[in-house]
Amino acid sequence: MSNTQQAIEPQTITLCGLSDLIPNSGICAEVDGQQIALFYLPSETPQVYAIGNWDPIGKAHVLSRGMVGDIGGKLVVASPLYKQHFDLLTGECLENDQVSVSAFSVSLVDDQVLLSL
Amino acid sequence: MLKVVVVGNGMVGHHYVEQLVASEIEAHITVIGGETRPAYDRVHLSEVFSGRTPEDLAMTTRDHYRELGVEAHFGDFVASIDRDNKIVTTESGKQYAYDKLVLATGSYPFVPPVKGNDLEPCLVYRTIDDLGMIQAQAKDRKIGVVVGGGLLGLECANAVKNLGLETHVVEFAPGLMGVQLDNGGSAMLRRKIEALGVQVHTSKATQVIEENSDGDTRLVMQFADGGSLATDMIVFSAGIRPYDQLARDCGLTVGERGGIEVDYHCKTSDSDIFAIGECALFGGRIFGLVAPGYRMAEAAVSQLGNDSVAFQGADMSTKLKLLGVDVGSIGDAHGKEEGSVAYTFSDERIDVYKRLIVSADGKKLLGAVLVGDCSDYDTLLQYFLNGIDLPADPQTLILPYNAGEAPALGAAALPATATICSCHNVSKGDIVSAMDAGFCSLAEVKAETAASTGCGGCTALLKNIVDDEMAARGLEVNTAMCEHFNFTRQEMFHVIKVESIKSFEELIEKHGTGRGCDICKPTAGSILASLWNDYVLEDKHVGLQDTNDTFLANMQKNGTYSVVPRIPGGEITPDKLIVLGQVAKKYQLYTKITGAQRVDLFGARVQHLPAIWEELIEAGFETGHAYGKALRTVKSCVGSTWCRYGVQDSVAMALYVENRYKGLRSPHKFKSAVSGCTRECAEAQSKDFGIIATENGWNLFVCGNGGMKPRHADLFATDLDDETLIKYIDRFLMFYVRTADRLQRTSVWMDNLEGGLEYLQKVVIEDSLGIGAELEDQMNNIVDTYQCEWKTTIENPEKLKRFRQFVNSEAEDREIIFVEERGQPRPATEEERQQILAKSA
Ligand code: SRM
Ligand SMILES: Cc1cc2nc3c(=O)[nH]c(=O)nc-3n(C[C@H](O)[C@H](O)[C@H](O)COP(=O)(O)OP(=O)(O)OC[C@H]3O[C@@H](n4cnc5c(N)ncnc54)[C@H](O)[C@@H]3O)c2cc1C
Ligand code: SF4
Ligand code: FES
Repeated sequence: MSNTQQAIEPQTITLCGLSDLIPNSGICAEVDGQQIALFYLPSETPQVYAIGNWDPIGKAHVLSRGMVGDIGGKLVVASPLYKQHFDLLTGECLENDQVSVSAFSVSLVDDQVLLSL
Repeated sequence: MLKVVVVGNGMVGHHYVEQLVASEIEAHITVIGGETRPAYDRVHLSEVFSGRTPEDLAMTTRDHYRELGVEAHFGDFVASIDRDNKIVTTESGKQYAYDKLVLATGSYPFVPPVKGNDLEPCLVYRTIDDLGMIQAQAKDRKIGVVVGGGLLGLECANAVKNLGLETHVVEFAPGLMGVQLDNGGSAMLRRKIEALGVQVHTSKATQVIEENSDGDTRLVMQFADGGSLATDMIVFSAGIRPYDQLARDCGLTVGERGGIEVDYHCKTSDSDIFAIGECALFGGRIFGLVAPGYRMAEAAVSQLGNDSVAFQGADMSTKLKLLGVDVGSIGDAHGKEEGSVAYTFSDERIDVYKRLIVSADGKKLLGAVLVGDCSDYDTLLQYFLNGIDLPADPQTLILPYNAGEAPALGAAALPATATICSCHNVSKGDIVSAMDAGFCSLAEVKAETAASTGCGGCTALLKNIVDDEMAARGLEVNTAMCEHFNFTRQEMFHVIKVESIKSFEELIEKHGTGRGCDICKPTAGSILASLWNDYVLEDKHVGLQDTNDTFLANMQKNGTYSVVPRIPGGEITPDKLIVLGQVAKKYQLYTKITGAQRVDLFGARVQHLPAIWEELIEAGFETGHAYGKALRTVKSCVGSTWCRYGVQDSVAMALYVENRYKGLRSPHKFKSAVSGCTRECAEAQSKDFGIIATENGWNLFVCGNGGMKPRHADLFATDLDDETLIKYIDRFLMFYVRTADRLQRTSVWMDNLEGGLEYLQKVVIEDSLGIGAELEDQMNNIVDTYQCEWKTTIENPEKLKRFRQFVNSEAEDREIIFVEERGQPRPATEEERQQILAKSA
């Protein structure tokens, strides 16, 4: 968000199909060596969320394996290592405003999960 | 970037580094510590003599500084400061340039200039190394003398006494602790200390110390009054002197009697140099306590940023236990203020002395002295610090309770600005806001505000305030599990059971708000499992499980998992052992025997878990539930089959018990053990339930705990036959599952159970609630519906799709890196990882 790049053609790639997702939970995809945590919350709008998989506090690629929920109205995932919460929309860490992970723009089109770069 | 060099890594220097790192200020920090070890808790130094290790006292480590990006050097003193070029030089010749320099050099013990003070063993008491020296010199010796009857001297005397020496305190002044106590308090302290066998010599000026040519002690002290004292060791503890030589040498202003002069920003006479802690002189005073030092550190840090904090002097009130005697001193203990009025209470029968100094108009507390009973300290300190108006008869504050109703100062009476924890500068207002933000329990308030995590002196007051605030908010607030449910775990259990709720969605729709979180979801998951025992990875439950339960394995620090197969009772065939070895080799797992009689295989990548388990299950293993809040292990000893003392077959019983309760989900993990005789080789009395064989059957113990706060189990019933034993355990466990709080081990549950052991015995043995049969039925149902979760999982392709590293490729996580150590893999440290990744890039 803050690092808006030069206007290049928006590009989308297909990460996986809807059936690869696990309702109310996360999985991980890889794009150009980057790990992306994907969450599928069927009863929310939007239904899919994507943030970086690297836990900057626990220092491991694990966020996709955390538990999802809401804290103070924000949809979050709790890191499985030390339980800090990360906002699924913005990537911000609720416990420490010095820390955040990247947030990606994803959408569900024709049962396919698309990532815009 | 701003270069900040901090000289001295004591408590205050370390606090400065922590505060600077936590601030917004971008700085490269270099720490130069004269001692060989990083900062440690000097305040609790003497506890090393009562069993704490130097590691326990450590406040930081070299690694921690490295992680924070702080450059730190230890065991090298700064020898000079070049203010013109802004460079410091150490004794070993290293040079460091600074933009801002912080002197946190603390102080050193004052050794009176007495002839012979350099003889062996004349020691001091300030550092961990000093302790080592005292300990070494005390070996096989009889007598120790401490020179100095002040606060530190008496603390030192305690240490000498603990080492088993005949202990003497020699004080120049007429009384002990002259700074903090008035004559009456000082005399009472002396009485009490002498009663403990410490010999006190006051008004004694030592003239010379000589080697003792005859007799069996090493030294002899000659006093000005003609007397003498033979001893094996002398420890000087006659005051402290600031380490200010560095500052003198480079021309900074220092006080007449030492100490680097600073203003309320903690700036010295050179505006790029700060001085904080015990080396600093503020308003003509040196503050020889850690809390004022911390405030100075904070003020100095704020100077590099927004300049919001100033140091304005500090209160020097103290409360401590010296040689087991409670001593407290508040404000003006000597009644120096003009017109002040003193009230004194003394009771020589129970050796208690209390004195209040009150302003001329009788309204404000100016000071107090307490010896032998410090229970009024917290209240008096609050009157003093916050200028609260005293009651009409101030003496009631120190009179024994039966002399009339003492107007105790309730937590509610304190203003929001009242400082509760002076170590961490936490006010009552800070505590209330933490509670407003949802941190309601004592533990949460502590974690959130750091209150009472320093010297611990404010613990009782903190608890009063938290309790008071909880009461003011009504019970709901403090028992609500999280923002989604206004329930305790017990209430949630009840609702799920009574309404036969089968899923989290149903539960939150009927009784909660929002979508749930990592607190209420696993709790509900565990209750649903305890009651209905569905497969935990059932679609509707999968989102409820902590990651460990979801992947049926424990996540390790680098994102890989551990694999812990069940080895009931610790009994294992050679063939199974071989399979464990083969699997570990094949998947390159680190292998370790655990503390609970089984084998843990570490470092499994998520995508390998199913294959690993397939091979283990093939060989007859089952999941060990090391990830679950469930039964862990039932340890056993070999028992009567092999052991010459065994009276029952403890292995068979352990196997039976482990197989019966495996998979049972509970508020927290629980463990058991079975020993074959009273020698208790299986340590059953440290378990949630423990079984010890007798000639006539089994003794059952309950609610033991190892871990963080060990608890010895209570003997629950004796000489039980097999059937009764199992019946009692069924009931005991199910009652625990039903009524305990989230993450409450049986030990804590018992400590909070109204009626305690007796009540539990009534419920389980006498069936006083009439629920015995129901509890047993529930348990039988769980036992009958047991399934090995790993077996169910590998038989279910749909569930296996979770166990992929990436949804869109078959690659593995190349950033998980292992290195070899002692012939096995271990996770690379962050440093090693970066290096290896950089090389391969
Ligand atoms: C592997 C092992 C250490 C070892 O190398 O020996 C171990 C490892 C862990 N222990 Fe333990 N404990 C191990 C035996 C123990 C024991 C000894 C025993 O069981 O006889 C104790 C003290 C006994 C007791 O529990 O009363 C013990 C007391 C704890 C505690 C403190 C519990 C308490 O009530 O204070 C925790 C923290 C917790 O559970 O909240 C803990 C938590 C952990 C965790 C789960 C920490 C974590 O979250 O990562 C570790 C993960 C294990 C893993 O990844 O597989 N571990 N832990 C032992 C596994 C035993 C097993 O085969 O299942
Ligand atoms: C036994 C004992 C009990 C105590 N009990 C209490 C108590 O109950 N409550 C309380 O509030 N306070 C207590 N204190 C006092 C408290 O420990 C001190 O106030 C506090 O440690 C001061 O911290 P500091 O960082 O200023 O100094 P220090 O902790 O002394 O640290 C200064 C460090 O700087 C190093 N240094 C000095 N010169 C140089 C140099 N030129 N170059 C590099 N490094 C240098 C020193 O070696 C030392 O490691 C106690 C002290 C002792 C000894
Ligand atoms: S507890 Fe008893 S039976 Fe078991 S090994 Fe020890 S001595 Fe032998
Ligand atoms: S006053 Fe020391 S911990 Fe609170």
